[in-house]
Amino acid sequence: MLTEVMILSFGGQGGVTAARILALAAVNEGMFAQAIPQFGAERRGSLVRSYLRLSDQPIRRHSSIKKADVLAIFAEKILKIVEVREFLRDGGITVLNAKHGIAEKSYCVDAAGIALSLNLVAAGWPIVNTAMAGAMAKPLEISIESVINAINSTFSGELARINARAAEIAYREVKKCQAGSST
Amino acid sequence: MRTLLTGNYAVAEAVKLSRAKVIAAYPITPQTTIVEKLAEMVEKGELDAEFIRVESEHSALAAVYGAAIAGRRAFTATSSHGLLYMYEMVWWVANARVPLVMAMVTRTIGPPWNIHTDHTDLLTMRDSGWIISMAENVQEAFDLTIQGFRISEEVDLPFTVGLDAFQLSHTAEVVEVPDQQEVDEWLPERRQSYKVLPGNAVTIGNIGPNEYTAKLRYAMAKAIEDSRKVIEKADNSFGEKFGRKYGGLVEEYRLEGAEYVVVMAGAWCGDAKDAIDRLRDEGLPIGMMKIRYFRPFPKEEIKRLEGKEVLVVDRAFSMGYMGIFGMEVSSVIGDVTNVIAGIGGVDVGVEDFEAMFRKFASRKLQRLEWWPREVFS
Repeated sequence: MLTEVMILSFGGQGGVTAARILALAAVNEGMFAQAIPQFGAERRGSLVRSYLRLSDQPIRRHSSIKKADVLAIFAEKILKIVEVREFLRDGGITVLNAKHGIAEKSYCVDAAGIALSLNLVAAGWPIVNTAMAGAMAKPLEISIESVINAINSTFSGELARINARAAEIAYREVKKCQAGSST
Repeated sequence: MRTLLTGNYAVAEAVKLSRAKVIAAYPITPQTTIVEKLAEMVEKGELDAEFIRVESEHSALAAVYGAAIAGRRAFTATSSHGLLYMYEMVWWVANARVPLVMAMVTRTIGPPWNIHTDHTDLLTMRDSGWIISMAENVQEAFDLTIQGFRISEEVDLPFTVGLDAFQLSHTAEVVEVPDQQEVDEWLPERRQSYKVLPGNAVTIGNIGPNEYTAKLRYAMAKAIEDSRKVIEKADNSFGEKFGRKYGGLVEEYRLEGAEYVVVMAGAWCGDAKDAIDRLRDEGLPIGMMKIRYFRPFPKEEIKRLEGKEVLVVDRAFSMGYMGIFGMEVSSVIGDVTNVIAGIGGVDVGVEDFEAMFRKFASRKLQRLEWWPREVFS
């Protein structure tokens, strides 16, 4: 079965890397995966879409994903900029770095808090990608061990250790959440 | 080893496993990460090659041309405006019958400025004497790069691997990467009957009687004709060695009993195949003939489509006529339906192909149509 995932992040938050880590983790588990950056030039600070496909069969298509089965939102602020539901298939799942969910099936995690607690900060921003990858692994049914392996083959040394820790904490702390009124 | 690589990194990996000895290139999006990766491999000592930094694409191809006539296995890569800037050398290299491999990450030619895929840039090489291949996915880009060296060196013609901007170049997919020994067994070290080296003064391409030029062109025309067999042989023996055989100049997909046949090339063939599966499930007898090699042109294979309804989906247009693939296919089998889509990188997905093929099968497409119609009316 094909699962199509979209990540909405700000350029510099590591959305592309998160897609790659999860793709690598899925490949470690014997699945097929495809990680696609937003087609075009990288733009720090602007809204970026990254795509991830997971399947038990080879993945042939290469077009972008218009409506995702799983939509990850890397910053609460994104909810104020775009109508994110447009990117979600009916009955789809959202994973948010936020306190409240937005759809029926939402998962929330304080990825920014986790990143800050581990001092995962670059240019003043918490780098939430590995925490979000850990959180997304839950609904995607990818084991945290595979995510950690993928992180270890992406980063090295202390950086790998801290990022793996972020993913681990997020995997443990991510919770199903209700739609809130604050958004 | 089963791993995850972007199209560009897969090409770099294939060049490394092919033991290229000289690499020269000038950066251009979306090609840059191929040579960036190769530069890193050379720097780390993983690849025993000379990496020549040059000031332009013209010089890049000139540098690898020199390396190749000195008997070395050479590689370069470019895209779009980079290709156009090296265009003089594109012809020079082919007419000089120099074997080398170039990755061509297809990118729209501006203006307006655009870094996304269409196939117009690659197809400007059409008449030059290069062997022109196109990959559907990252694995195929990897495999074609390795095969390219063998084919090119056997027929003494340069070889290009086309891969779509971003859809392949920057998309990470599962790739089976063989180990060095396996590649060495399939792709032996380059042998060339002559070597132009310092201290051994020879002129290459000097002026001569006009008949010489004509005879050399005739020999070249024969060589690219003969390359059909070489390509097929390479595809077969590669398949035996590595377990992946594509079918030579074309790949046939669900052609058994097909009354409707789609002809196209590149990364979007995967989306079109998914659409074909859906329509087949509904009982529509539709299949695909995927063009893997644009030169030499698969005329015999296309001829087999006579009597079927043929739709050619083009990502390149010849101004003043029709789609470039459409024009080529119709030169073999007469009138075809020709859709022009995805120009300038416009995204065309499974649902789009499904709708397009449905219209085709119910004869609602015009003979030449820009897709989707409402955008262009």
